[in-house]
Amino acid sequence: MNALISFAAAVPPIAGPSALVAAVLLGVVFGFLLHRGGVACHKVIVNQFRFRDFTVLKIMLTAIVVGGIGVLALNSAGLANYHIKAANLLGVVLGGGVFGVGMVVLGYCPGTAIAAAAGGSVHALAGLAGALLGGVLYAFSFPWISAKILPVGAIGKVRLPDITGVPAWIWIAGLAVGAVLLFRLIERHERSSAS
Amino acid sequence: MFAAGSPQVALLSARAKRQPAGVSSPESNSCFLRRARWNPYAVGTGIGLLCWAVFYLVDKPLGVTTALTGIAGACASPFVGGDVIAANAYFKQHVFKWDYGMLFLGGIALGGLLSALLARTWRVETVPEVWRERFGSSTARSLGAAFLGGVLIMFGARLADGCTSGNGISGSLQLAVGGWTFFITLFASGIVTCLVLFGRGRKEDGS
Repeated sequence: MNALISFAAAVPPIAGPSALVAAVLLGVVFGFLLHRGGVACHKVIVNQFRFRDFTVLKIMLTAIVVGGIGVLALNSAGLANYHIKAANLLGVVLGGGVFGVGMVVLGYCPGTAIAAAAGGSVHALAGLAGALLGGVLYAFSFPWISAKILPVGAIGKVRLPDITGVPAWIWIAGLAVGAVLLFRLIERHERSSAS
Repeated sequence: MFAAGSPQVALLSARAKRQPAGVSSPESNSCFLRRARWNPYAVGTGIGLLCWAVFYLVDKPLGVTTALTGIAGACASPFVGGDVIAANAYFKQHVFKWDYGMLFLGGIALGGLLSALLARTWRVETVPEVWRERFGSSTARSLGAAFLGGVLIMFGARLADGCTSGNGISGSLQLAVGGWTFFITLFASGIVTCLVLFGRGRKEDGS
């Protein structure tokens, strides 16, 4: 933790115009990783939901565990803020449901569609055009949605430690162990179905 | 992290000593920048480390569709009129501007392009393989479905206030209740959708 703080003193957070340069560079790294990870590939995404390819789950869970450890440490050291979104549970469940259908029909999610379109996918580009229309449709339904849907199950900016009373580090440690066990199961399944 | 200049340098030197086609595949190349696919755990770790950097350096979560909303409003202006967009309660909260989120999107496109060029996997995809196997090779039908899928992912992401990145990764890693709820419903919905669209499928043609 002390090492983290002294590192932070040497490398202060980015502000002003250089934050915009940082935005592009961080985006480049994200796009590069998505593309190299294979998730900017239609087949990899769709086959995740058919249990034929576990790349999406492997990448997401690893990112959550690694990111979770670091952000928890940074936050504990007072070096990073949490950015929790309000959980409007009905909206999140309906949104996740609609998103899941769209992710299979398109074969990409928004971030991977951008990386895939840049890698030459006209299919992903058509999806992004649709996404713009989706944004407009949402904006025009927003008055109704914000009155009827979003208030249902609106529990605010809550985290799992808040509602369970179990400390964050135990959650993260549990997630790490759970992820490793799940990965071992997946690897065993992949070996047995390959042979 | 990659130094800004080095990928270009690598690209140039790679072009200079390009081998005749068929001599070596990108897979067999020893340089990791040329390998078409990286280990998913390594990529996940990379994205996790990227989250540290984003949270610490710019004090923001990782996200995509919030900025995409601003682009949607800007693109809709010529069709429905700028005053209609300006008066809309949702677009008021998501005005198009060249801010962090927007440039991050530009970066994603640049990163995807760079990766495809370095691995020499850049190719035009109109009808994806899995789609063609199930629904035939009609380009119009495939692109129409892609467009419809795009409408759904954006509408869903806005309704849930985040997509795979903003809710699924950023939200979940902060142990946000909304993030995990989204992650789980997204997977459940995707699995059911696949069962409906593709059926149970034959096991032997898997992966």
